[in-house]
Amino acid sequence: MAIHAHFTLSHPNFSLDVKFQAPAVGVTALFGVSGSGKTTLLRCIAGLERATGSLSINDEIWQNERVFLPTHQRPLGYVFQEASLFPHLSVRANLEYGYKRIKPAERKVPLEQVVSWLGLEHLIARGDPAQLSGGERQRVAIGRALLTSPRILLMDEPLSALDSASKQEILPYLERLHRELAIPVLYVSHAMEEVTRLADHLVLLQQGKVIASGALHETLARLDLPLAAFDDAGSVIEARVAQHDEPYHLTRLDFSGGSLWVGKVNQALGMPVRARVLARDVSLATHAPQGSSITNILTARITELRDEGVDKVMVKLRVGDSHTLLSRITRRSRDHLQLLAGMEVFAQVKSVALM
Amino acid sequence: MMLNIAPADLQSVWLTLKLASVVTLLLLLIATPLAWWLAHSRRWYKGIIASLVALPLVLPPTVLGFYLLLLMGPHGVVGELTHALNLGRLPFTFAGLVIGSVLFSMPFAVQPIQNAFESIGKRPLEVAATLRASLLDQFFSVALPLARPGFLTAMILAFAHTVGEFGVVLMLGGNIDGETRVLSVAIYSHVEAMEYDAAHVLAGGMVLFSFVVLLGLYLLGGKEGKR
Repeated sequence: MAIHAHFTLSHPNFSLDVKFQAPAVGVTALFGVSGSGKTTLLRCIAGLERATGSLSINDEIWQNERVFLPTHQRPLGYVFQEASLFPHLSVRANLEYGYKRIKPAERKVPLEQVVSWLGLEHLIARGDPAQLSGGERQRVAIGRALLTSPRILLMDEPLSALDSASKQEILPYLERLHRELAIPVLYVSHAMEEVTRLADHLVLLQQGKVIASGALHETLARLDLPLAAFDDAGSVIEARVAQHDEPYHLTRLDFSGGSLWVGKVNQALGMPVRARVLARDVSLATHAPQGSSITNILTARITELRDEGVDKVMVKLRVGDSHTLLSRITRRSRDHLQLLAGMEVFAQVKSVALM
Repeated sequence: MMLNIAPADLQSVWLTLKLASVVTLLLLLIATPLAWWLAHSRRWYKGIIASLVALPLVLPPTVLGFYLLLLMGPHGVVGELTHALNLGRLPFTFAGLVIGSVLFSMPFAVQPIQNAFESIGKRPLEVAATLRASLLDQFFSVALPLARPGFLTAMILAFAHTVGEFGVVLMLGGNIDGETRVLSVAIYSHVEAMEYDAAHVLAGGMVLFSFVVLLGLYLLGGKEGKR
């Protein structure tokens, strides 16, 4: 079960030459700066752009030297940057547009389920798509795409045209989609926050080429990629809610590398949560710190060090059996503490962002 | 009768409406695919086709009528063809008028539809394609309804323009009662014969008709604009 894609495309100011495979489960983020070709790649996968190459989804060939399935014959859902609802149709008719066009036997996603799931009842009642806000329109567009029971969902920066309030309104729905639907998602974005929050797998694009592809937490923590040089470089830790400290309004998250205390999380015990720890928020000590205000101190082993610019060093650490932390320290600190790969250190985590 | 209108003039009115209706219908059938192609094609000869379509906008009607007369006459290519097919000659017939009017009113039908298609852009069609709509389905379920204002404008303009046409008709159809004597020609004949009263009835009717058409367009535009 996998997505295999290989495309080459040459325009006067832009060329695409990508080859990647991604698991056909969960959310795969196509990440890169604007102009890196991620939207073009998504359009090639949808058949909206004609590139030479090949594409198969779960061993089903959509394109090769002899075959080119036109877009309307590809069982995909596509969510564009702008909701692009049909202005001449009601909200309900928009939702039903694709639904009506697939065979009844192929309708695996029931209309009522999508409606209740995305909270569309009162939007349908309003009738005209022009009456909806940007975020509401995008929710309808997502529902409309899901109702074609797609075998893969392609999302082209679905949040980028929205203000941050609308973004926060939509993100929970996308997370639910992630958790509850078995439809693989290709998610184009240039926003690290969205990617770390939603994706399981990361395909990194730069100037029309794939420069890395792999599991999210591994790829984020690779020091040889430009990601590590980002100011908000960091790692992602999958943990579970373990304890609530009501008086102090805190929650303890457990993972194999230890535990992290964070601000109160409104989740039941045992629920999985994703925590993002930025490299600039992790400091290192060679001895267990005493009398520190920082409560989150993890034992870690240095796996890699890489100089960054003239004054900084990025340190990659292993915590527990499979978790990674990044720490950005000064070159002087490294020399002072004589940090080397293989050493055991204490990582002090100043702040944890919950996704 | 309030208006003193002669039976022959009434026949002219009827003939004009018939001509305009047939021409409008034919133009919708011809202009729609042509406008679609002009809106979406990237071929190098698109400009040439667009210019040819727009030619009647700048050409004196008599010039178009003159060439059509030559073309459809006994020595013209089209004339020989229709003769060989046992269809007779086209000039001085209703069919000839239809052909001349279709060509002459073409830009008035093509351009509003083309503009409507262009303003829709590719996105709604791409969305429809990702929702399993075939090309034909995209055209009928998305492009056509979204281009509706353009079609209404095209229909009204083509109809009104055909009603008001004079030069091509005179060159091509002459002045045959019940066959080619349309309103504008009838008015001309009345004036030539100094029958000003009869000319007044028809001319006044034309003024009223044209005003109603333009008012309708304006109201329609306002309604569509508010959507």
